[in-house]
Amino acid sequence: MSKDKEISVDIQNVTKSFGAFTALNGVSLDIRDNEFFTLLGPSGCGKTTLLRLIAGFEEVTNGAIHLYGQNIADLLPNERPINTVFQQYALFPHMNVTDNVMFGLLRLGHDTSKAKARVGEVLELVRLSDFADRMPSQLSGGQQQRVALARALAPSPKVLLLDEPLSALDLKLRQAVRLELKQIQVQTGITFIFVTHDQEEALTMSDRIAVLEGGRVQQVGSAREIYEAPENKFVADFIGETNLIDVTVSNVEKRKGSCVLPGGAQIICSAAEGALVGSGHLSIRPERIKITASGKGMLEGKTVRHIYLGTDLHIEVSLTSGSRVTVRMQNSTQIKIPNVGQSVGLDFEASSARLLVD
Amino acid sequence: MATKNVDLRHFTGFKSLTLLCLFLLYAPLIIVMVYSFNDSNSITRWNTVSLRWYYDLFYGVDAPKFKTAAINSVSIAVMAAISATVIATMAATAMLRAGSFRGKSVSFALINLPLMVPEIVTAVATLIFFSAIGFTTGYLTILIAHIVFCIPFAYLPIAARMQGIEDVYEQAAQDLYATRFQAFRLILLPLMAPGIISGFLLAFIISLDDFIITNFVKGAGVETLPTVIFGAVKQGIKPNIMAISTLLLAVSVGFVALSYFVGRMGEKANPTTTKQGD
Ligand SMILES: Nc1ncnc2c1ncn2[C@@H]1O[C@H](COP(=O)(O)OP(=O)(O)OP(=O)(O)O)[C@@H](O)[C@H]1O
Ligand SMILES: [Mg+2]
Repeated sequence: MSKDKEISVDIQNVTKSFGAFTALNGVSLDIRDNEFFTLLGPSGCGKTTLLRLIAGFEEVTNGAIHLYGQNIADLLPNERPINTVFQQYALFPHMNVTDNVMFGLLRLGHDTSKAKARVGEVLELVRLSDFADRMPSQLSGGQQQRVALARALAPSPKVLLLDEPLSALDLKLRQAVRLELKQIQVQTGITFIFVTHDQEEALTMSDRIAVLEGGRVQQVGSAREIYEAPENKFVADFIGETNLIDVTVSNVEKRKGSCVLPGGAQIICSAAEGALVGSGHLSIRPERIKITASGKGMLEGKTVRHIYLGTDLHIEVSLTSGSRVTVRMQNSTQIKIPNVGQSVGLDFEASSARLLVD
Repeated sequence: MATKNVDLRHFTGFKSLTLLCLFLLYAPLIIVMVYSFNDSNSITRWNTVSLRWYYDLFYGVDAPKFKTAAINSVSIAVMAAISATVIATMAATAMLRAGSFRGKSVSFALINLPLMVPEIVTAVATLIFFSAIGFTTGYLTILIAHIVFCIPFAYLPIAARMQGIEDVYEQAAQDLYATRFQAFRLILLPLMAPGIISGFLLAFIISLDDFIITNFVKGAGVETLPTVIFGAVKQGIKPNIMAISTLLLAVSVGFVALSYFVGRMGEKANPTTTKQGD
């Protein structure tokens, strides 16, 4: 995405308090037109609260939200060209699928025949044409989820908010729906703001991801940026798995840090913003570490145990310095797996490591 | 819960006590019902089965009196129940959907307090109130009094139902461009329908059966079924009283049963249990 693309939702320094509790603290995000933007964070970090502010169900305590340049503070939820797929779907239980999907169109004043045609279109899009006459209670969880999506898409909103819409689905269905959802977003060109606490979901679907924690934005970037270049310990740990190794930082210059590893080896690697000379943490992804054949390496230790993961294996190594490191290797017959208790050497490329601030 | 030896059912005499209570409760009703079909001028001596006293109700000397009273009773009950239901629905909406406002808990107490005030006190107070503001007692005063005391009865099932409906449905409606009023009319109201019908039926039956308050505020010449029955009984019990009592009982039981089944039906289609299938 080019940087100069039009901004769809501009969240400016938004704070939201419930009494003494601050759910969102100085959140600033610029979500671009046609973007699949994901809010990712653990339970209770304020994801739903941020969506409710955008949809208009809560008022900001401080800050402003602009929609295509217009401040929407004074618009009621029904006056905002934004639709929501709710966490609990919230399909109207007394209306069948068609009436649910048609609801928004009729409120916008479309005449019934036009609205009917549009309902047919969106039901086709979510592949539910055969279920038009069913009541919500007669649908499976996955079907209800797609009705909720169709209902929110029907009025062609400028922005679609999706609050963990896949959390009620089983793994297989979730993986299938992910691709569908992404495809629908590309097809419709609507800006999606998608909420999840599932990092895999975020990585596979998003153009950009904002990682939230404790009501604050920790980092914004593409899946690759967030995974490869986390800005802090929380992001490194929350997105995927990582090893955090205590190091001594001797020099930081132009976002490059010189670090001394526990075994005395020295490397120069990329450093997160704000990294300082002194003690620091090096983040290395488990799949970027190799076990050397010689038993010597940048880090040295003893194998503690194996964890079987199907396609992969985790080897836990206790370093001589006392900390633990996890190595991920393919479960292949070609690779020699060190026995438990065996001394091993570990190597990694300096470019795979990242120096983090606390 | 209760283990075998502390289970109430195993106390000595529990069974006979239960039977005694049931007997005391239902024996009089059953006797009235049975004797209403007695073909005899006496209220105690059994003759043969007939519909004589039901015929007498509709075509006998007392028929005009009963007919006027029945029309009054039913018309008052219908209007009182409708008004009380509308007011109770608005009250429940304010209590449960308008967020918190000043005096919310006081309002809640005020709505439900009449259920606990002795009816005779309400009756006396209502009469004093009407005469203080110079209202002539009659049909209108009965109607006003009935609307008022029916409100808490209509409120209970309506509020119970509304409490069970998450506000995410109304939010979804507003999200889909419905105004607050449309969200209320198109979403909340249909979902609440079982509670509202239940409340209406309950209010109707409470109004239809009321004697004490009605007797105080009715004024001369206006009678409802309960007051006309009471008046007739004072002049000696004729068997037609048993017939009209049986009819009134049948209507009451019918409405209470209807109210119960509407409530049950609503529970089955409870929106909070149909929302997701995880
Ligand atoms: N109306 C409210 N009053 C008080 N606190 C609230 C309210 N709504 C949310 N909160 C608090 O704000 C915080 C953020 O809530 P939010 O629902 O946004 O979390 P979330 O990130 O969506 O979590 P989850 O993944 O569990 O859905 C929570 O600690 C929650 O308790
Ligand atoms: Mg949430």
